[in-house]
Amino acid sequence: MTLTHDLQRITAFLTELPHARALSMRVESFGNASAALSMPYDTRFVGDPATGVIHGGAVSALMDTTCAGAVMAHPEHPLSTATIDLRIDYMRSATPGQRITARAECHHITRHVAFVRAVAYDADETRPVATATATFTVERAP
Amino acid sequence: MSRGKPEPVEVIKERRDGALARLTDGIPYAAFLGIRFDRRGDELTAILPYGDHVLGNPMVPALHGGAIAAFMEVAAVVQLGWTQGWERMETGAEPFAGRLPKTIDFTIDYLRPGLPRDIYARARIARAGRRFASVHVECWQDNRDRPVAQAVGHFLMPDDIAG
Repeated sequence: MTLTHDLQRITAFLTELPHARALSMRVESFGNASAALSMPYDTRFVGDPATGVIHGGAVSALMDTTCAGAVMAHPEHPLSTATIDLRIDYMRSATPGQRITARAECHHITRHVAFVRAVAYDADETRPVATATATFTVERAP
Repeated sequence: MSRGKPEPVEVIKERRDGALARLTDGIPYAAFLGIRFDRRGDELTAILPYGDHVLGNPMVPALHGGAIAAFMEVAAVVQLGWTQGWERMETGAEPFAGRLPKTIDFTIDYLRPGLPRDIYARARIARAGRRFASVHVECWQDNRDRPVAQAVGHFLMPDDIAG
């Protein structure tokens, strides 16, 4: 698989991953080692019907995809990337009915490894729903 | 307690399989992903049958890391609910009255690419206190000794269980 660094192609690639499509993810911004993706509220994504809150796993999928996006948005232009490790802290329940947006930043990159952090919000941007810390592989052009 | 006549096997199976179905059917996102559980006594194996909706990059092709993460988190939550409810279930009470445990944090260590086929997971409760629980999860495909990913998560037990 080869990816060009063409912005439109990468952003389209991210949201056309079948699992990202299943969760209706949308790219909000991309570039300069950062990416933001969002996902609508959907009753099929609920974890506990007693509360109507989105399952943590759906937030994990959004975080993982957004973090990969931030790696691909790094100015060193990795050819591709894969998750090594992803830690998610769930700080509060996302408010039912609201869209969830994740913002990720690739804050450090080495020859083989990219370090990423991300924050997810619902409509209230003053109180994060979750934060993530991740490491990714960096595949470079030979 | 004196040892009475053993319960008929179909009564035991109906009670346990029914309780497990009520526990897992109560998680819409697990149904959305298509997660099923295989039960042997009290041992659970989670199964995520392969489908396009869990695919990451279709060109490789490989399972999406986010789908694997969600699958493992579901396996952990169900294992916790199942273990906590077991004794109540066996005495004939409703085992899962109330809320599910809430994830505090979840860390996934991706070991190998997930191939486009079914994936299995088992969760092991390292510790379950009144308030907090720590759960390990491992998932694999063809070979149990070659895990696709391992994870550890911390959970806040619901008030009706903890209190």
